[in-house]
Amino acid sequence: MPLLEIKKMSHDFGGLRAVNGYDLTFEPGQIRGLIGPNGAGKTTIFNLITGIYIPTEGDILLNGKSIVGLKPYQIASMGLGRTFQNLRLWRHMTVLEHVKMARYSKINYGLVGSFFGTPKRNREEAEIDDLARSLLELVGVAHLAEQVIVNLPYGDQRRVEMARALATEPRILFLDEPTAGMNPEELIQMMGIIRRIHNELGLAIFLIEHRLKVVMELCETIQALVFGEVIAEGTSEEIQNDPRVIEAYLGKEKIL
Amino acid sequence: MKATSENSPKSNRSRARAFREYFSGVPLLGWLAGGLVAVLLERFLGTPLAHLLGLPKVPVLFGCVIILKKPLLIPGTVIYLLLVYVLPVGIVARLCGSVINRLVSWLFNLSPTFSVIVHLCLLYGLLSIWSGISAYRLLTLKLTLIAVIVTLSLNIINGYMGEFSCSHPGFMALGAYSASVVTLLLFVDDRVFGAALLPEALGPFMFPVALIGGGIVAAVGAIAIAIPSFRTRGDYLAIISLAFMFIVKSMIENLEIVGGPRGLSSQPNYVNLPTLFLWTVAAVWIINNFVRSVLGKALNAVRDDEMAADAMTVNTRRTKFVAFLFGAFWAGVAGGLLAHVLRYVNPGTFGIQKLAEVLAMVYFGGLNSVYGSIVGAVGYSLLSEALRPLELFKWIIIPLLLILVMIFRPTGLIAFKEFNVMNLIRPKGKPIREESTSKGGVLIRS
Repeated sequence: MPLLEIKKMSHDFGGLRAVNGYDLTFEPGQIRGLIGPNGAGKTTIFNLITGIYIPTEGDILLNGKSIVGLKPYQIASMGLGRTFQNLRLWRHMTVLEHVKMARYSKINYGLVGSFFGTPKRNREEAEIDDLARSLLELVGVAHLAEQVIVNLPYGDQRRVEMARALATEPRILFLDEPTAGMNPEELIQMMGIIRRIHNELGLAIFLIEHRLKVVMELCETIQALVFGEVIAEGTSEEIQNDPRVIEAYLGKEKIL
Repeated sequence: MKATSENSPKSNRSRARAFREYFSGVPLLGWLAGGLVAVLLERFLGTPLAHLLGLPKVPVLFGCVIILKKPLLIPGTVIYLLLVYVLPVGIVARLCGSVINRLVSWLFNLSPTFSVIVHLCLLYGLLSIWSGISAYRLLTLKLTLIAVIVTLSLNIINGYMGEFSCSHPGFMALGAYSASVVTLLLFVDDRVFGAALLPEALGPFMFPVALIGGGIVAAVGAIAIAIPSFRTRGDYLAIISLAFMFIVKSMIENLEIVGGPRGLSSQPNYVNLPTLFLWTVAAVWIINNFVRSVLGKALNAVRDDEMAADAMTVNTRRTKFVAFLFGAFWAGVAGGLLAHVLRYVNPGTFGIQKLAEVLAMVYFGGLNSVYGSIVGAVGYSLLSEALRPLELFKWIIIPLLLILVMIFRPTGLIAFKEFNVMNLIRPKGKPIREESTSKGGVLIRS
């Protein structure tokens, strides 16, 4: 059974069809990419899967169970972790608190524990603390754990967001343009982190990217999206040589 | 000329730093011990000293009233304050600093919990001796402690959750009336509810139940606001909660069974200083525990970015609900305490002026901070008592101060600072504490 299966998903914003008949079959451990020009509907697809929008038509199955209509936090705790295109961080919180926060749904001590500081709470908070620090280690920002997030440079904020998404114990990680706004050096480091996450944690990763270089290097299978429809799907070579993709990106060849 | 004028602030600053360094080795316990010595001194030598300096009696609130009423007595008052408070505290703190530091580190290694209890006992001793001088001091202290609870409870909603709630006087009214009805009905013979239903001796033991009941009634009232307003954000909650406050007030005014606009009086005198001190400590402890846990931090996440919180498995609706009810609960408890301190409640107490006061304390002290709430509540309460002789001008000076705070520190005096008890009671080793980010010290787990 595939990990995530999407059948004929469509979504309308008023009269505008943003996503049309989108299909996806995601096996465990895959890295897939989604490319497309601006406004093609890539982020909308992410928002539909993670429950921020509810699809007008179609079905989304996670491990064979439909997740359409569930609240975003429920979907997230079922194993869909994500990052955002424009960083969405909590500006008054420290790096460590960010990662710990993502353990919210896994906490067992309840309100009584949070009010009275029971031994159970202290134990659980200590466990979360250790886990958060090890995730920060994985993405390479462990030394900044006590800093308030706004004091971090942009690239490090991206890493924290990644660690935060990992702390939700995802089975699929959705990365929405993880290298947006990065310089070439940061870009290479970020690609290294994504590879590491994939290799060490065996996570399935779904990647939206603008930079074709990143997608071509990382992903096994790529979908190209234009105006809400998938126009091509295949390996990086297939996509690179597909005339429709070339047309969408570069325009039609015109012979005078 | 220019050089000296440029140099003087710098040297002032370095002098201030030298002064701070001089006292930086003193742990909290040292300051408490110094304070204890000062209040003991005042207890036994205060009256003769005051007469010697030409003061009519011991200056009650650090001499503010005397200074404002009779400017001629300023020198005497200042000397009194120096002799009784400043010098003893400074000398004891400095001289016994190293001894107390050793004691503190011994206590800390023995058991941090025990160390906290020792600190609290000392603080209680200090407060009870200080307030033993006059009934006015005792009342001011009691109202200040209640203000601490109220401010903390409002800070959960307005600071930690980042909503703007105006319903706190309403919650306090619900708590005050519920607790009063229980104690008057059960333990007191009075004109509204008739003879007592239970023996009077049970009263003090049942009083916590009455208070918690009042808190729960306030929390139930909070549900009425939470359900309609949490679908939206921002101004709606402010408007709905303001309406709630007025509804509660006029409802009580029209309920003849609880005395209508005349209010309820002759509540039993259950809230003595130790009781109130314990309740305040409990409120600070529980609220601080909550806001430092991941479940409490979720409030900050919801405030700063709700969509991200949602995507990180935080149940945002439940989080907001819990925080709102929790804040209302403590407001209700504080209301119950207030009713039994004043031994009289009427609906007029819980109007727009109370709201302004509570909001001022929260925003003056600092959002998202337990420290800030304590500082705001104590500072505002003492200031408003101290400026009482100025009568009308008080209402010009206090708002002016608030405006200044809002201009120079828009989030309040001590905002976004974590209240870590372990850091507070830790022995002071190095002379200069490293000031890290605005977030405050490094978190240390006990």
